[in-house]
Amino acid sequence: MLTAILVMAGIAIALGAVLGFAALRYKVEGDPMVERIDAILPQTQCGQCGYPGCRPYATAIAKGEADINLCPPGGEDGVKKLAELLGVEPKPLDETHGVTKPKSVAYIQEDLCIGCTLCIQACPVDAILGAAKQMHTIIASECTGCELCVAPCPVDCISMVPLQEDLGSWKWKYPVFRLKQVG
Amino acid sequence: MTASAHILQKGSVTRVMLLVLACLLPGVLAYAWQFGWGIVINLVWASLLALALEALALRLRGYPLKPFLSDGSAIVTAWLLALSLPPLAPWWLLLVGMIFAIGVAKHLYGGLGQNIFNPAMVGFAVLIISFPVQMTQWSAPLALAAHSLSFGESLSFVFGGTLPAGVALDAVVSATPLDTVRTGLLQQHTLDEIHSASQIFGSIGGVGSEWVAAAYLLGGIALWALRIVPWQVPVAFLAGIWLTAGFLHWADAGRYAAPWFQLAAPSAMLGAFFIATDPVSGATTPRGRIIFGLGAGFLTVIIRVFGGYPDGVAFAILLMNLCVPLIDAYTQPPVFGEAKKK
Amino acid sequence: MELQRFPGGVHPEEHKSQSASRPIHAAFVPRKLVLPMRQHIGQPAKPVVKVGDHVLKGQTIAEADGYVSVALHAPSSGTVTEIGLASVPHPSGLPDLCITIETDGRDEWAARTPIDWRNTDPAALRGHVRDLGIAGLGGAVFPSSIKLDPAGGPPIHTLILNGGECEPWITCDDRLMRERAEDILEGARIMQHLLGAERLIAGIEDNKPEAIAAMQAAAQKLGLTIEIAAMPTIYPGGGGKQITKTLTGLDTPSGGRTTDVGVQVFNVGTSYALARAILHGEPLISRIVTITGHVLRPQNFEVLIGTPMSELLLHAGERDGTTGIIMGGPMMGFDVPDMDVPVVKATNCVLAKSKELFPPKPRELPCIRCTQCVPVCPAKLQPQQLYWFARAKDLGRAQEYHLFDCIECGCCSYVCPSHIPLVDYYRYAKSEIWAREKEKRLADTARDRHEFRLFRMEREKKEKAERLAAKAQSKKAEAPALSTPEQDAKKKLIQEALARAQAKKAAVAPKNTDNLPPDKQAEIAEIEARRAKIVEIAKQPVEPEQH
Repeated sequence: MLTAILVMAGIAIALGAVLGFAALRYKVEGDPMVERIDAILPQTQCGQCGYPGCRPYATAIAKGEADINLCPPGGEDGVKKLAELLGVEPKPLDETHGVTKPKSVAYIQEDLCIGCTLCIQACPVDAILGAAKQMHTIIASECTGCELCVAPCPVDCISMVPLQEDLGSWKWKYPVFRLKQVG
Repeated sequence: MTASAHILQKGSVTRVMLLVLACLLPGVLAYAWQFGWGIVINLVWASLLALALEALALRLRGYPLKPFLSDGSAIVTAWLLALSLPPLAPWWLLLVGMIFAIGVAKHLYGGLGQNIFNPAMVGFAVLIISFPVQMTQWSAPLALAAHSLSFGESLSFVFGGTLPAGVALDAVVSATPLDTVRTGLLQQHTLDEIHSASQIFGSIGGVGSEWVAAAYLLGGIALWALRIVPWQVPVAFLAGIWLTAGFLHWADAGRYAAPWFQLAAPSAMLGAFFIATDPVSGATTPRGRIIFGLGAGFLTVIIRVFGGYPDGVAFAILLMNLCVPLIDAYTQPPVFGEAKKK
Repeated sequence: MELQRFPGGVHPEEHKSQSASRPIHAAFVPRKLVLPMRQHIGQPAKPVVKVGDHVLKGQTIAEADGYVSVALHAPSSGTVTEIGLASVPHPSGLPDLCITIETDGRDEWAARTPIDWRNTDPAALRGHVRDLGIAGLGGAVFPSSIKLDPAGGPPIHTLILNGGECEPWITCDDRLMRERAEDILEGARIMQHLLGAERLIAGIEDNKPEAIAAMQAAAQKLGLTIEIAAMPTIYPGGGGKQITKTLTGLDTPSGGRTTDVGVQVFNVGTSYALARAILHGEPLISRIVTITGHVLRPQNFEVLIGTPMSELLLHAGERDGTTGIIMGGPMMGFDVPDMDVPVVKATNCVLAKSKELFPPKPRELPCIRCTQCVPVCPAKLQPQQLYWFARAKDLGRAQEYHLFDCIECGCCSYVCPSHIPLVDYYRYAKSEIWAREKEKRLADTARDRHEFRLFRMEREKKEKAERLAAKAQSKKAEAPALSTPEQDAKKKLIQEALARAQAKKAAVAPKNTDNLPPDKQAEIAEIEARRAKIVEIAKQPVEPEQH
């Protein structure tokens, strides 16, 4: 009996030592989890999740402070990927934070713009070009479609334009594989 | 809008399946010639069951009947199961077997092309585990049978269980050579003693059954020549049997039968050319097919010699079916222009 | 020369004799020409004409936009009537930017200046190739100027002239070689000069004996050192990697190009176009197109780029029961969205379909893993596995199994007994992967820009704080100075102006929030709150070492 206990204890100590050694030896610097979560987030920087950007949200998820379904631009697909990464059940998007919209870019109606620079200050990715009292314009290729510039505009000259599919962005569709009878 | 080729080579799943059936015909003829009407009744009965069960399963799953019933895959499953059962097996044995083959092994896994196990072998495995007695009452070869059943007599035996007056059960059924060897060895006889005590043994295999095996081999070679099956699987399967049995025989010739004897059992040839080559549940890479065949051959002999069942082909193939994803994943051949790894 | 066999391939019915027996029909000028800006791989060309402009034949109407691009020219003289979206031959059926020219029938050439290529700097010569609109005419339409630049890779030792033309029905290269072999070889000479290739080989499938003879005769006449090989007729023997294997025995590395093994491949049509461009100053404004299939007189035509396909059909004799048009061959071609789409630089064949020639495909059945697709795959892939992964949308695995080595030749679809459109699945998987990579790149850019913005705002704040601190210091130093009434008055003025400005701002600011439904108001309020929070968070001090 005593031998058995000693043997078990010995094994436990030995394995514990191995684990402890491994933990020290293969220690990873920094928090790769935040990086990995941030890599999944769409980087729209819209703040709809309630955090001031994608990285703060990623940090909050990694700390367990935020739920994974708060990101409307990421959509259901994004929630699924986050769930997979974190090993939790995916859940439907929390619609109190907004709904998923088709990818859009902001458009400034240039004849209305008064050059107030408010939108430039709001843009999280510096995708608006202009100077005080000069007309502003959107750099469409850099715009993430976060809509943060829409509300500040005093003359309401910014609108969101959904991106149209053209030959450049067209994708081959998933072939329809219809084995079952329809109707 | 499709981008794939606008023209198609002649050929279809139906054609593949029909050719398989055609190549089974020599074996079927040899079987009927050596063992009587039983096998013919079995084949017809199994085919009817297959079509009915397939239609039922398709209907329940909401699939169209015509393209899937006409693909011929259900008939192939039916024939393979029927050829694996004793020719005079009672009618309900095939019914139970086909329900498991078509209903469970095929359609519960998603139907044509989706099954991970060979349906016919699943049916066989269920039967041999559940009804070992019926599954070992093999027809006696006509050459040895005290009474050869006519077509009508066979029909009434299969569907009614009645033999003609004055004919004992022993007059029409007997154990297979493999089974005879197994039982003899369990009773501590040597191979020589077993051989001299029974008339069932022919020149290399069993009386009658060695002809059936030869006919399967012939049909199998035709199947390969028609490019329906790759050479790797049958060759590796037979080599696996030969090597394993040969090694055992070399170690102890008194206990372990010669490799030729193992190969001359019809199940080995049927398995090698028609069952292990099932593309759906088999490996797809050239090296993978060799591994698949060798493994199945090895397991066949191991189960025959050391297992609790008289034959091991079904279990060997089912076990190898399990390994297919792994085998395929590790035997991917290099693509064009890929540096050989090592 | 010893030929080698490339792996895989099939041999479908050729159907070439219908159109190969007639000579090339001279170009005709249609009333209207529609010229898409996106006729080549890379950046679309940029229009340089306006609606209403009169253009001459060969005049540049759109210029190359960037390195991977080529220019576009007016195929005949006339007036630009429209610059806008129009139907183009593309599998998507989506319209694209096109220049429409109403021809005047005079077919009047602009000035043509031949180039003395032997005494021109190679880079300048490549610039001419680009500005003359030359792109690969074998089907890929990759800008030739880039392919003719030997820099940045292993030296090119062999130039292959691709006269394989392995697709069934198509005979445009066959007829071109029979009738205009000398120009083809002149073009090859220029290419060889630019690439510095020692060896020049022409590969022609052995079902075109007349073309082989014509090329040999032309080579002799020009005194050009070229090996002309009759290759076995196996589809897709005209693929770049396949013809390289056949003629040189070299295996192009997986994921690589033939240039990785020092071989550059050009279609004979491209070589011809290059010769016309450099030696005669004629930009790429026409090409040879096979019109065949369900037409009365299958024939090759010299066709002005931009000619509507329906007019071509009329010239070849349209027949009742035409069910559609395939652009390209039956193996790799695609159905065009409507019959009026224009011929583009990539159009080697206009194949009219009928129910008899192209019956509707039988029903698709599940894959039974029969692996008939494996031995025919020229890339030695496992098509059935790729199909499995693409169907399951397991794009990562598909890529691991070398999806991108697939050349979409269609051999697997051709032999599949279950009639599965396998290539459709591969194309879907490829374009999905590209789209995701693009999305990822955009996200990465957005992240970088956002992080830089945060850093910049922090820096500005610090600099401001420092400035204020410095000011406060200096103020303290000159504190004893008393304020004069003059200064006070000024201060008052400023204060008044400020108050006015503030009042004005208050009046203006809520402008866009007036008269909005409550849900919009709430949305705006929410966004404002988010913004406020962001500003607040951005104001928080960060660690000093953040530079």
